[in-house]
Amino acid sequence: MIFKKFVDSVFSAFSKIDEEFYEELEEALIMGDIGVEATDTILEELRNKVKEARVTTPEDCKKLLKESIKEQMEVRDDAYDFEEGRAVLLVIGVNGVGKTTTIGKLASQYKDAGKKVLLAAADTFRAAATEQLKTWAERAGAGMISAAEGADPGSVIFDAVSAAKARGVDVLICDTAGRLHNKRGLMDELGKLNRIIDKELADVKKETLVVLDATTGQNALAQAREFSEVTDVTGVILTKMDGTAKGGIAVAIEAELHLPVKYIGVGEGVSDLKRFDADDFVERLFA
Amino acid sequence: MAFESLSEKLQNVFKNLKRKGRLTEADVKEALKEIKRALLAADVSFKVVRNFIKTVEERSVGADVMNGLNPGQMVVKIVNEELVNLMGSETTEIQFQPGKAITVIMMAGLQGAGKTTTAAKLAGIFTKKGKKPLLVAGDIYRPAAIKQLEVNAEKQGVEVFSMGDQVKPPEIAKAALEYANKNNNDVVILDTAGRLHIDEDMMSELQEIKDTITVHQTILVIDAMTGQDAVNVAAEFNEKIGLDGVIVTKLDGDTRGGAALSVKAVTGKPILYVGMGEKLTDLEQFYPERMASRILGMGDVLSLIEKA
Ligand SMILES: Nc1nc2c(ncn2[C@@H]2O[C@H](COP(=O)(O)OP(=O)(O)OP(=O)(O)O)[C@@H](O)[C@H]2O)c(=O)[nH]1
Ligand SMILES: Nc1nc2c(ncn2[C@@H]2O[C@H](COP(=O)(O)OP(=O)(O)OP(=O)(O)O)[C@@H](O)[C@H]2O)c(=O)[nH]1
Ligand SMILES: [Mg+2]
Ligand SMILES: [Mg+2]
Repeated sequence: MIFKKFVDSVFSAFSKIDEEFYEELEEALIMGDIGVEATDTILEELRNKVKEARVTTPEDCKKLLKESIKEQMEVRDDAYDFEEGRAVLLVIGVNGVGKTTTIGKLASQYKDAGKKVLLAAADTFRAAATEQLKTWAERAGAGMISAAEGADPGSVIFDAVSAAKARGVDVLICDTAGRLHNKRGLMDELGKLNRIIDKELADVKKETLVVLDATTGQNALAQAREFSEVTDVTGVILTKMDGTAKGGIAVAIEAELHLPVKYIGVGEGVSDLKRFDADDFVERLFA
Repeated sequence: MAFESLSEKLQNVFKNLKRKGRLTEADVKEALKEIKRALLAADVSFKVVRNFIKTVEERSVGADVMNGLNPGQMVVKIVNEELVNLMGSETTEIQFQPGKAITVIMMAGLQGAGKTTTAAKLAGIFTKKGKKPLLVAGDIYRPAAIKQLEVNAEKQGVEVFSMGDQVKPPEIAKAALEYANKNNNDVVILDTAGRLHIDEDMMSELQEIKDTITVHQTILVIDAMTGQDAVNVAAEFNEKIGLDGVIVTKLDGDTRGGAALSVKAVTGKPILYVGMGEKLTDLEQFYPERMASRILGMGDVLSLIEKA
């Protein structure tokens, strides 16, 4: 309660909508990692709306701003359709963002929902990546297909797909090695994994989730862009939202690539994964 | 791509100006607007940018334009100098304890920043320098963290001290130091679990380690891709546990690395190394000039200025 009051007071000091007020808004947006360009666009639109709607108080102006970001970030109803029937999830992203942990959390959610879950340990590169996923598989009570360190990730995916078919698995979740989006070879490899899944599981709903660390700044936009080039990204998972970073780059990503944030990670525990809520996101952005 | 646009923009700002001997306030204001955008696009902290621009403005207005430079290049030259100043003008090495005394290094940072990997990379560098490092498995929380350290240590030919995941890290640290004494190790590198700067319990765990043993170098490991939050993270770590240096990882991404500048600006602690890849040899010395060029995204323009 006290906290809320304090937060609101950042803006309530303004009695009219002037340049100084807009500068304050700009600061909030940039500090939230939305980025210079997206911030420019948002504020330009806001200025127009303020004129059109004849808004006169800073309070209402701020409300308008929140509303429009919220509207933009709202997740469509069909975003979670893949969770209904059989599905394969390909989880990708740069190093250390939280892919493996998120898969552990997802596996456990699906397992609790009564599904048969299989994990594919296709990160054959990072030290002890398979052991890490194995711990999560055990926590969730899910099966796992893996290979030795250095093995071809394509063959792990292939084996996992075959096992998923043979065992009548409901959800297959594929972990992949962290890779920087500017490494051509590794990105091509991801394209290959994507094609194996498309070919071998053509009749199953496929979801490709790019995991982004909410702490990341402008680079996350480049990440989303490049991952979309080599796979058919269907959504974003924004991790580490339990910290103080706002994850505002997701707004710029939605604006440019129309990729919705479907989940947020809020901790390291097995239940620390939530569906994205645009309301909460926007409130947090300005808190 | 990004850097062409900044230099182009600056050229445009100054195109219409006749060659002047002295920078006027109006010239500088225009140029600084573009530079401010470039710094923000590089994820330099908003507040750091604001102060920085003020400093540059003060230095630039009225400055004599040097021979062979145009006003735009002159502003960039000043900006570059100030950036380099902010990041520390020279390369800093990790200081070892004299003689055979053990140097204790503790890695700290957010989840996934690269602590475990960097610990193993450091062990490799120290081994090459003739040291006998001991890696200590102080992350008892992350699944397979110990195994990860062991696999990397083996690749580096370095020993790992571990007590499993049931003993508290301060106790592990204490026992590790005793072991190192007997084992003739002269450097002890303590890997720790990733933690949020606002997680009181986890932050005091690091403090407890420092209360239990003497840590000579507490190193913040920070991801180069970090955005505006980098300053909060660095300030909190510095305040709560005290930092001696910083290592910036994943600079091999196409990041401009503004986080590095922000962290240096709020902690004043030197950047010791930069991580340039996943391989255990991918750890390089930090050069402030290179980082400044990178943040500005103007490597080639700067070399032009140097030649002038
Ligand atoms: N605080 C917090 N930490 C998280 C969250 N998600 C993951 N982590 C932590 O982030 C670190 C990295 O997570 P991983 O799951 O190993 O990340 P990854 O993307 O698989 O990493 P690589 O495979 O090495 O590329 C671990 O310490 C996790 O516990 C989250 O939502 N909040
Ligand atoms: N490309 C690149 N990847 C790196 C670099 N440093 C570390 N990584 C990768 O980043 C990921 C996370 O590294 P870790 O060493 O596990 O990070 P950590 O800080 O120990 O993580 P937690 O213990 O979970 O907090 C791994 O996939 C590493 O291979 C670097 O300089 N460049
Ligand atoms: Mg992983
Ligand atoms: Mg670690």
